[in-house]
This record gives sequence, structure tokens and C-alpha cells, in this order.
Amino acid sequence: MATTGHTVKAFDDDLSELRAIISEMGGRAEAAIEMAMNALQRRDLESAQKVVAGDKRIDELEADVDRLVVRLIALRAPMADDLREVLAALKISGLVERIGDYAKNIAKRVPVIAEETRDIEAISLLPAMGRAVSGMVRDVLDAFAARDAKLAADVHDRDRTVDDFYNSLFRTLLTHMMESPHTITASTHLLFIGKNLERMGDHATNIAEMVYFAATGEQLGERVKGGDALLGAG
Amino acid sequence: MSTQTLETIATEQHAASDGTLKMSARDVNVFYGAKQAINKVSIDVTQENVTAFIGPSGCGKSTFLRTLNRMNDTVASARVEGVIKLDGEDIYASGMDVVQLRARVGMVFQKPNPFPKSIYENIAYGPRIHGLAANRAEMDQIVEKSLKRAGLWEEVKDRLTESGTALSGGQQQRLCIARAIAVDPEVILMDEPCSALDPIATAKIEELIHELRGRYAIVIVTHNMQQAARVSQRTAFFHLGTLVEYGDTSEIFTNPREVRTKDYITGRYG
Repeated sequence: MATTGHTVKAFDDDLSELRAIISEMGGRAEAAIEMAMNALQRRDLESAQKVVAGDKRIDELEADVDRLVVRLIALRAPMADDLREVLAALKISGLVERIGDYAKNIAKRVPVIAEETRDIEAISLLPAMGRAVSGMVRDVLDAFAARDAKLAADVHDRDRTVDDFYNSLFRTLLTHMMESPHTITASTHLLFIGKNLERMGDHATNIAEMVYFAATGEQLGERVKGGDALLGAG
Repeated sequence: MSTQTLETIATEQHAASDGTLKMSARDVNVFYGAKQAINKVSIDVTQENVTAFIGPSGCGKSTFLRTLNRMNDTVASARVEGVIKLDGEDIYASGMDVVQLRARVGMVFQKPNPFPKSIYENIAYGPRIHGLAANRAEMDQIVEKSLKRAGLWEEVKDRLTESGTALSGGQQQRLCIARAIAVDPEVILMDEPCSALDPIATAKIEELIHELRGRYAIVIVTHNMQQAARVSQRTAFFHLGTLVEYGDTSEIFTNPREVRTKDYITGRYG
């Protein structure tokens, strides 16, 4: 017996609207990550400024999700997988909004990096790390749209790669700063950028857990966290 | 759903998760003439939990509820097969006193149906025919205790001689619950007790069910899924005369195992 639409069609319309907003938020967050990383690489202040300005729209969409979820719960009294999906959407929108903030934070650091004329080796690591993170954000939101628990679990596993990138970046920058202390300002900013990407990966992982829960009603097993470079070095 | 799953439900899912077993039904079939209304239903009802029966109209939930105190005996064409036990005793055994059974397993109906007598007499009638009070003072006590347990005493204590039918719908329903309580039952069956009541009167009945929980084993049939979610600890979903799923209410409403249950509670049925 296949699951069909609700007897009350307006309920389906509300759920579709909710999915569409989450989807738009995800698309904007993914684009913000890519644009911020491109701006960093090309030292493009104009693009960086666009990322900062564009974050406002993501914040507005999050507020739209809050309103819609409150309305849905009050008027439709969703149950079972509908309830799980609505609650997941609420939490996911908060996480995507945070991802947008991190992209904005990266963009804000571009002008400082742009002033540093010396070459810093670690910059070459960041684009690949950025691609890994934006790929996670894209796939986890595709998983939400398709209620695809398997894809969500896959994204969940990919967070290790991002953690490895971060640990590698940390060691590289630490060495670099010890060798040439005059690059400490730029290096520190790069380290924060790496940390921002790492946090985005964590949020994508949390979204994956919500998607998995919404789709199956089960919790995705607690992930074994990769070693933290800061703690490992301390 | 596969036969395999049906078998699994029949052998495992009927079981009470926790609590003391009060009533048990095994492989119950009910026929109205040639038409089968209930198909191999097995379920346990516990003392401590409120059990809710939900399902679309015609799914058999009310029919099944009525087998629990042999109300179907009053329907000439009805025939019941299988075993239903109250405290381990077969209620369809030939020696069973049906009047006594219905005192032990009381019932509250969809529409409040007080007798066209005084409030006092509505309560006193049952205890009197069952010989539960030796004198007027004892009867007064039973009436007061029953009305208090039904949460009606404060509202009617000064007008016990007025007709029960003069009360509001919600009060009448609580009077009927008090009447069921008066004969000291062990199980109370409620067949959509709030469907004729407004939201406030409904909330009072729901609060009452909460207060009565544990003292009596309670089984409630309701069309209102939110009500089932609010008042029960165990929920059984019926569809086309079969028990599709029986489990903890919190599980049924958040993560049902069967697609038919999910489609019904999320509003996709039909």
C-alpha cells in the first residue's frame, strides 16, 4: 500500500511550501560557501561583499520556516512521519542558517587575507576542503527533499574527510607560523576559515541525523568523532 | 501487508508491554449473520493502562469493544468466536452470569443516556439491584463516592432529586460514568464518550479518565485521534475488522510500524 496525499489537500500544500523553503535555503547556503571560497582564492573583495549581503536572505527564509512550522503544528496537527518531517525542517533551517553565517564569516576575512602578499601554503588546502563541505550541504538537503536515509548516512560518514582536512590545515598553519611569525595574522584568519568549514561539516552532519530520523523514525548511530588537532597538539 | 506480518501481530503484538493483565482476547471473530465484522483479533488489556481503539468507521472497533462485556448478545444475528477472558475466566463460558459480567465490565456510550429519574436514582439503581447497599445511609455513601469519583459531586450535591436528564450534556455523560462506577466495576468500556460533547466538557471527561486510570482498567473507542493520543497509554488500530497494530501510544503516533496505521493517523486514509 503506497503512501498517498493527505485527504486535506491544503496539508500537502503546506508541506510542499516547507520543503521548497528549506530547499532554497540550502541552495543559497551552498552557493555562499562556494562564492566565499572563490573570493578567498581570487582575493575578490566584491564577491566577498556579495556573500555578506546575501546572508540576510537566508535569515529571512529561516524566519519563514519558523512561522510556517508553527502554523502547520497548530492547524494541521501533524502525526508520525509528518510530525518528524516538520520538526526536522525546523531544526534543519536553524542549522542551514548557521552554515550561512559561517560562509559570511569567511567572506568577512577575505579583505585581511587579500592584504597578505606572501604566499601561504595552506591556502591551497582550503578550496578542496570547501568543495567537500559544500558537497555535503548539497547532498544532505537533496536527501531531505527525497527522504533518502541512505544518502543522509553517507553524508554523515563524509564528515571524517572534513575533520581530516582541518587537522592537516592546523598542522600546516602551525608550522608556517613558527617558521615565519610575520604571517601570523593571515595564518590565524586562515585557521578560523578552516574552523568555519569544519563547523559547517558538523552542521551538515547534524542535518543528516535529522533527515535520517525524519525518514526512518530511528536515530542514526552516534558518530565516532575524529581526533581534534587542537586537543591532539595540546 | 503479508500473511507473515499478520501472523507476527497475532502472536506477539497483542501482548501488553507492561502492566497487569486484566482482559485478554484470542482469535476473536464476530459475525453479523453471514458477514464477518471482526477477523481473528487477539489483544491484551491491562489494569494500569488506558487502552484506545482507533480506526475508520466500520473498522470493527466498537463491535470488538462490545464483545468485552457481551453487549453483542443483545444483537440477534451476532455470533462471537474465540476466547475472551476476564482475570483468566472465560466470559463466554456457559456458566457466566451476564448481568454480573456487565457490572464488572461497565460501559459508557456515545450519547449520554441517563435514566429519566433523579440524579440520585440514576446512581442508586445499579447498587440496589446488585444488593450493594444494606440501608439508606450506605446508599447515600455510594452515591456520593461515585459522583465524587466522576467529578460531578460539587456541581450536583444540592440538587440530587432533580432529573438526570436536566443536566448539561457533559454533566449527563459524567453522570453515566458515575452510574457505571457505582456498581464497583473492574473494567470500564467507553464507546466514543465525548463525540456528543463540546471541547470543555470533553476536556473534563479526559481529565476524569486520567484520574480513574489505574483504579479501573479503561478501554476507550474514539474517532478523535488527538483524544486517543491524549488519554491512552496503549493504542490499537483497527482496519476492516482486523487489528493492524497495537503498541504504546507514543510509538503509534510518532513512529507506527505499519503503513496502514501511518496513513490513517497522518490523514492519508481513503
